[in-house]
Amino acid sequence: MSGIFTKSMARNIFYGGTVFFFLLLLALTFDTNKTLPKLDNSANLTPQVIAGKKVWETRNCIGCHTLLGEGAYFAPELGNVYKRRGPEFIKAWIQSQPTGAPGRRQMPQFNLTNEELDNLVAFLKYSSEINAANWPPNIEG
Amino acid sequence: MQYKSQAVAKPYFIAAIGLFVGQILFGLIMGLQYVIGDFLFPALPFNIARMVHTNLLIVWLLFGFMGSAYYLIPEETETELYSPKLALVLFWIFLIAGALTIVGYLALPYATLAKLTGNDILETMGREFLEQPLITKIGIVIVALGFLFNISMTLLKGRKTSISLVLIVGLWGLAIFFLFSFYNPHNLVKDKFYWWWVVHLWVEGVWELILGALLAYVLIKVTGVDREVIEKWLYVIITLALVTGLIGTGHHYYWIGTPQYWQWWGSIFSALEPLPFFAMTVFAFNMVNRRRREHPNKAAVLWALGTGVMAFLGAGVWGFLHTLAPVNFYTHGSQITAAHGHMAFYGAYVMVVLTVISYAMPILRGRAANSERSQVVEMWSFWLMTVAMVFIVLFLTAAGILQVWLQRVSDTPMSFMATQDQISLFYWMREWAGVVFFTGLVLYIVSFFVKGETKGANA
Repeated sequence: MSGIFTKSMARNIFYGGTVFFFLLLLALTFDTNKTLPKLDNSANLTPQVIAGKKVWETRNCIGCHTLLGEGAYFAPELGNVYKRRGPEFIKAWIQSQPTGAPGRRQMPQFNLTNEELDNLVAFLKYSSEINAANWPPNIEG
Repeated sequence: MQYKSQAVAKPYFIAAIGLFVGQILFGLIMGLQYVIGDFLFPALPFNIARMVHTNLLIVWLLFGFMGSAYYLIPEETETELYSPKLALVLFWIFLIAGALTIVGYLALPYATLAKLTGNDILETMGREFLEQPLITKIGIVIVALGFLFNISMTLLKGRKTSISLVLIVGLWGLAIFFLFSFYNPHNLVKDKFYWWWVVHLWVEGVWELILGALLAYVLIKVTGVDREVIEKWLYVIITLALVTGLIGTGHHYYWIGTPQYWQWWGSIFSALEPLPFFAMTVFAFNMVNRRRREHPNKAAVLWALGTGVMAFLGAGVWGFLHTLAPVNFYTHGSQITAAHGHMAFYGAYVMVVLTVISYAMPILRGRAANSERSQVVEMWSFWLMTVAMVFIVLFLTAAGILQVWLQRVSDTPMSFMATQDQISLFYWMREWAGVVFFTGLVLYIVSFFVKGETKGANA
């Protein structure tokens, strides 16, 4: 870099650029929050869904699964599992874990109550109805 | 060592390396669980092992950042640390709190841990990378504030260089954005949106300031190039990092229920995110080529150059690979993501911490550089770990491409688990590359104990 471009110029561009783009991020965030109700299915955020989210979190499901593509990549995507499998299958599946099939990946038994299972399914139903721009590409997730 | 108080960095570096070993051991366990699904089940389910693997990474990098700051801030500010005692007290608090958290993960069912640690008061747990119990999160904030107080007070009473200013802005940013980990709205979309304010604005934002400052500091020391030149480069690099990275956050907002304009904002700005890393590589090689001295610590120079190259490959190239929205539509949440994550974290943050340790540790032990023999072992460990990481990433990328094809592109898409069976060969090869990585890490630790004639007392 030539002698014309000095350190203090570089520093000023850094502070100016950072402030400008951080403000732009805040503006986009503000607009996103305004637009979200049309996309985020928050109208269906019932107490049951909220309780289901807590079940999801306190069993650390994200440690194996993905939800809307985020999480670990060890076990299937669950953002659309409600549509892929339906409520009864999901409950039966969770209750029958672990499969114990030798050499296969195993899911722990969480001993969820019927109410907790229903809450979790409600949460997964709510998640599957978020407008995620047609992701995932197909039902397999 | 120019300032006595720099010595507090030593325990931080030792703890960082110790936790690094733990991280890799859990990584190997998980790699095996990918192909032998019931390995160590039910004693250690995958989700617990992964939590330990990623949380150890974060904690040891934080130890590394703090140790680096305690080492370089006295030299940069030309004054003793405000309170070395506080630094040592915080070290033990952080180490014990971290160890107790890991024990909690391993010994208790996660739901029980949540109940015992106040998750019902404020629900913050069970989100990727932010799995820590509430009390641990509060502990992290307390340690971070004490650390920042210590560093900031030192800076206030001493010389204010650009390197120390950039470092401190990065560290304050780290602490401030961590506060978003306490915000967990019921609305899943908002939860995810602000979760990235910790995760993305850390690793593709303020951490890059820390990375740049640490690299610039070591380059000044080992090359003797004029500070004005190096600090000018530093500002250019971090400008590029934040100008691209702030709006680049948008590449996480494609498929989580956020407005679709993020596909444009995210694609355009994150496509530019390789630029700061490319600049960093050019910077590192340029400075070493223009060096005015031959520093006896060749290993540290190697780590510094390696950081530039691997950060560019891992964060820059592998990030770009799947950052454009039309591509990401297929690759989102696949092994491609895992491949990128591994090389980016290793190339940028692991390697910069090892660069500082490589430079500072010999001086902390009373010599300018380690013996030739010790440096040869250390450089072997550099190549083993780095080449092994390249292969881990190549195998995961191959697995990812196949996964995307079989599960998402093909006319007859396979289920997730059927796909996993098809690509297990690549998981096996990844695991063997992981064993080589671990061998490199063992050699790295061995290098600290290799004796031999050392040159120079104190540089």
